[in-house]
Amino acid sequence: MGKSLFQKVWDAHTVGTIADGRTQLLIGTHLIHEVTSPQAFGMLRDLGLTVKYPTRTFATVDHIVPTQNQDAPQDPLAAEMMQALRKNCDDFGVTYFDLASGKQGIVHVVGPEQGITQPGTTIACGDSHTATHGAFGAIAFGIGTTQVRDVLATQTLALEALKVRRIEVNGSLRPGVYAKDVILHIIRQLGAQGGIGFAYEYAGDVFDRMSMEERMTVCNMSIEGGARCGYVNPDAKTIAYLSGRPYVDMENFSETASRWLSFASDADADYDDIVRISAEEIEPSVTWGISPDQGIGITESIPDPAKASSPLEKSSIEEALAYMKLAPGTPIQGVPIQVAFIGSCTNGRLSDFREVAKYISGHRVASGVTAIVVPGSQIVAKQCEAEGIPDIFRAAGFEWRGAGCSMCLAMNPDKLVGDQLCASSSNRNFKGRQGSPTGRTILMSPVMVAAAAIRGSVADAREVFTLQPSAAVAS
Amino acid sequence: MSLQPVPHIIGRGIFIPGADIDTDRIIPARFMKCVTFDGLGEFAFYDVRYNSDTGEKTDHPLNDPRFADASILIAGLNFGCGSSREHAPQSLKKFGFNGLIAESFAEIFFGNSTTLAMPCVVATHADITALRDAVEADPTLEITIDVQKLEVRTSGGHQFSVRMPDSAREALLSGRWDPIQELLDNQDAVAITAKALHYV
Ligand code: SF4
Repeated sequence: MGKSLFQKVWDAHTVGTIADGRTQLLIGTHLIHEVTSPQAFGMLRDLGLTVKYPTRTFATVDHIVPTQNQDAPQDPLAAEMMQALRKNCDDFGVTYFDLASGKQGIVHVVGPEQGITQPGTTIACGDSHTATHGAFGAIAFGIGTTQVRDVLATQTLALEALKVRRIEVNGSLRPGVYAKDVILHIIRQLGAQGGIGFAYEYAGDVFDRMSMEERMTVCNMSIEGGARCGYVNPDAKTIAYLSGRPYVDMENFSETASRWLSFASDADADYDDIVRISAEEIEPSVTWGISPDQGIGITESIPDPAKASSPLEKSSIEEALAYMKLAPGTPIQGVPIQVAFIGSCTNGRLSDFREVAKYISGHRVASGVTAIVVPGSQIVAKQCEAEGIPDIFRAAGFEWRGAGCSMCLAMNPDKLVGDQLCASSSNRNFKGRQGSPTGRTILMSPVMVAAAAIRGSVADAREVFTLQPSAAVAS
Repeated sequence: MSLQPVPHIIGRGIFIPGADIDTDRIIPARFMKCVTFDGLGEFAFYDVRYNSDTGEKTDHPLNDPRFADASILIAGLNFGCGSSREHAPQSLKKFGFNGLIAESFAEIFFGNSTTLAMPCVVATHADITALRDAVEADPTLEITIDVQKLEVRTSGGHQFSVRMPDSAREALLSGRWDPIQELLDNQDAVAITAKALHYV
């Protein structure tokens, strides 16, 4: 019996077993940001410890940075957090991609961009969307702050091995169906709790054909399905993406590349579970509730609690609809929105902005809608500028901002107000997620967000823009 | 580093309704603008405890004086899902909780809680429902989460078994819930593993 990538990486990084039976796992790459690291450095100082492998920790600032006047946050608490990160990186010798570096951005955009994210490695970060890096065939997961301390002090974590579920999507995606729709569909099928205890291996033609950026979109939302990590096996695309990036050693590249590829799951690997989904059944998807698994295809209607299959499902539909102020049984298309947000570690990369820019020329954001576009990193912003993308967005009535997490979780000034409804390319539709305790979020692909912004209501992008088969997915 | 073993937790309970209670709900992101965890307690479940328009307290169970002394949180499925923020269990702990009983927990939340010596045990829907009814009928009911025997008992005579991964149980019982010392002790082995990896 062969091994899955998860098992190979796990075995290669196992240091030993600690007394309670957990594995001491070496974490090769540690990413940190300003929100979940200051307390960890505080604990380190309290215990008189130091950073064991400072060259394996990389920092950036993303959650609280404003997207306008970036280096001068008006908010004193945000300024304090930025100063704390600066000091911690200086004191302990950690590389910091700060605003002045030209490389700052959302930690899950920066890692791959710099080539820090590599196949066959373990990556941890005090952030649940660390699963994003699994797109490269890394085992990457989110950790708590005390664990950030553990990695800083020892470069290891005490962990329990995960089971592996292979999710195969085969066939051809229909026009207007993107990576985001694929993962929203998977989460809807398997539930927000379905992945507890599992790592997700995404496999099949659909993921094989996807670009690295699309794979990142999928892996990113593994946690929304309850899976702590998700990955795609490394292949020629992975190697091509990484070749020449700053943190990739190009001297022995062919040797490195073959080592990377050797981590891919064996054809006869053993899985704890296999799920098969056909690509043709996936529609452009949107959420209607307050959990990412509360999703439907754009042509479907909002669920009716009266038709729920269990009392628990009934009460969760009722709770979601009451919060979302949506009527059961009515089409989701046509629900008015007030805000549109394109960005986040799920969909804030060059290909996302390029794809939207292809369609919005000649269109205009509906009056009464605030539409903001936030590149995932300074480098993404620069790439977009080189292609004239910001001007295309501005001409269509979108605001083009500086890099950061922005309205994905609204720890900076970009927030919903009152019960505004936001069409969002981010990953979470939790109550209050976008900064207002009563604010509402509908998750969808960037192209669908643009369609909603233009219509002023949730819309089918295939109709708003006459959509041809998505170049990247269909190629 | 010697830590206190946690063989059991005894306290009064409170039921928090709903499945998939995410960590944004437990501690809204705007309260994470801090460089220490101190002071997070007062913000636990803030947006469901206070009306965002009027600022007044809602009729959430956490505002109900009958449950003011609760230290054991009882919940449904997938409690603590969403973000990895340790701010969530930290705020619950500082709010006064010492243990949790739910139908299931999200993994990162579970691990973060165990590291804070706050046991999270899993019970069936039927047992959770019965416990909820009992606590709502009598908020002074004394609940014991027995980590050793993996059961929950109440002064009202309820008794049911609960689940928890062996490693977490062992860590709590042996006072090794914070693994830092063991991780530090093995640094020679870490160096050997690192060397074999070509990239560390
Ligand atoms: S973009 Fe959103 S989900 Fe991603 S790291 Fe930032 S806050 Fe978290």
